[in-house]
Amino acid sequence: MMAAILDVRGLRTHFFTRDGVVKAVDDVSFSVEAGRILALVGESGSGKSVTGFSILGLVDPPGRIVEGAILYNGDDLVGMPYERLRALRGGRIAMIFQDPMMTLNPVLRIDTQMVEAVFAHKKVSHRVAREIARDALGLVGLPSPEERLHAYPHQLSGGMRQRVAIAIAMLHRPDVIIADEPTTALDVTIQAQILFEVQKLCRENGTALVWISHDLAVVAGLADEICVMYAGRIVERGGVDDVLDAPLHPYTRGLLDSVPASNARGARLRQIPGTTPSLLDPSPGCAFRSRCSRSTAACDSDPATTTMPAGRMVRCFHPQPAPTP
Amino acid sequence: MTGDAVLLRTEPVSPAALLALESASKKFVRPIDAAQRIANLFGGDYDTEVTHAVDCVSLEIREREVVGLVGESGCGKSTVGRMLVGLLQPSDGRVLSQGRDLAKLDRSQLKQESLRVQMIFQDPFSSLNPRMRVRDIIGQAPRIHRIVNKSGIDAYVDEVLDRIGLDPTFKQRYPHQLSGGQRQRVCIARALAVQPRALVCDEAVAALDVSIQAQILNLFMELRESLALTLLFISHDLGVVEHMSDRIVVMYLGRVVETATTEQMFRYPNHPYTRALLTEVPNIRLRRKRYVAIQGEIPSPMHPPPGCHFHPRCAQAMPRCRVEKPELREVAAGHFSACHLNDMK
Repeated sequence: MMAAILDVRGLRTHFFTRDGVVKAVDDVSFSVEAGRILALVGESGSGKSVTGFSILGLVDPPGRIVEGAILYNGDDLVGMPYERLRALRGGRIAMIFQDPMMTLNPVLRIDTQMVEAVFAHKKVSHRVAREIARDALGLVGLPSPEERLHAYPHQLSGGMRQRVAIAIAMLHRPDVIIADEPTTALDVTIQAQILFEVQKLCRENGTALVWISHDLAVVAGLADEICVMYAGRIVERGGVDDVLDAPLHPYTRGLLDSVPASNARGARLRQIPGTTPSLLDPSPGCAFRSRCSRSTAACDSDPATTTMPAGRMVRCFHPQPAPTP
Repeated sequence: MTGDAVLLRTEPVSPAALLALESASKKFVRPIDAAQRIANLFGGDYDTEVTHAVDCVSLEIREREVVGLVGESGCGKSTVGRMLVGLLQPSDGRVLSQGRDLAKLDRSQLKQESLRVQMIFQDPFSSLNPRMRVRDIIGQAPRIHRIVNKSGIDAYVDEVLDRIGLDPTFKQRYPHQLSGGQRQRVCIARALAVQPRALVCDEAVAALDVSIQAQILNLFMELRESLALTLLFISHDLGVVEHMSDRIVVMYLGRVVETATTEQMFRYPNHPYTRALLTEVPNIRLRRKRYVAIQGEIPSPMHPPPGCHFHPRCAQAMPRCRVEKPELREVAAGHFSACHLNDMK
């Protein structure tokens, strides 16, 4: 087994608001190896994006990492001096955001922005930096990259902008890319193009990818491993086939059942009752128990994680081992 | 050939249709402003910008039918929905409600007609007035249109809330006190309060989480049965559309390219665009899929390509596709497709 390039251990990121402490990420652990794709799946408010932000040290006050370690090649990113963190960010660890306009400056041309990103980590001439930028655009399948370099972000379509953002993330061939819902805002055919580029990148460069998404169907086709998050915690972790074909946690099960593709056409969807709980001062116990059909009195206390063979983990008192029929 | 899904331009729309578009087009024109006009005097080259959002679309929705309208962003699916509810007037062609042309009705008739078709929008955060309580959001329209009188309004709102699965205590709340799923339920309640016969749902579940999405889809299915509603389900999510619809209409860049029953569409897609779309849709059963990219970008509706709009991205494009616009033709019973390849078989 290869050593994990990114190893997150017991991460807790809390937000200290006027109304109380929001435990957005509460004891999250996972690791990714080079060339592998790990998916963080969850609904809005499950803490999956905050986990991504925490890895890159992008959590702003009132939020703070209160506990845990984020090991990149054995070095802890939490509490790392700013200069060292800066050398890693964008160079060895990169991020792709849901909205490419979060990455791109609207008043600067693409070449200005990309050359700047090259200079941040490499000492090269302007001409070479521009060549690196052009090659990166070509790599993500952007048609006529030389012309696109002269364009402003608003002159590109949403799909093209996202590809520019991916090209910037890939400029320095990073070891780890954190992708936060990068295809959610895109059309199906454009999404397929992006997924194609991302797969190629991981295969050819050995980049480890953390793919944050709520879309189980995309994740099924892309990921090697899945972590399902609910209310700030990973409730289930395992290989993609294990988790999707034989979910152990009732929440995973409910999510899979509520996708239209798992139901007969026109039939009522099997829905999860209720809504996601507030993360503001949650009561102790399993956060899913009020929506769960299997909950018992035991669920009023915090379920511990149970580790299983083949790298599987579940956080539930009543995991259901039965595979999907 | 009455009763068929989409009719060729020359044929009249059957009177059985509850709602129909007859060769409707919609252009959005941005005229040049004063500064540009002056610039033109000095040799500037500014012209009006015309966006062909919808280009000669005919479709009909029969009573109690659920029609799914799919396509990528910018294909004109929302514009079609807005024309059907009367929010936009077509620049060309007609909108028919039970065979009557909306443009020819007088004001009071038009008011009655517009109540019969209601719209549900994508974003439940921006489509509710943040300063109104749920009671007023739902109760205002029925009071103005004299569906209920002032004394009966509270009981009426309770009844509507009960129907869409919200507790009557929600009446006193403001939208910001509701979750996304609850807001979308309020939007649906507002639409139902004027007792429409048809709902146009424009990406009504796109902004919701998976588990909430299932709840709202179930609600639509329940309402359809209990109120005998007709639905037009506009979505880019083929999984949702497949589940909900009796019939599917696929649009590409302002035109209908294919229409068929759901079963037929997923089993025997005809148009190259539909086929590409169906293979690109991620499916939970497909693991570690090798994605293949459809070539190219979606062209701008401001400068659509000539001939078949899909030809720049189509692997099977012929010289004819670049010049001649393909018409919708029946390729199987009730299955229409606009592709020149069908002439060669």
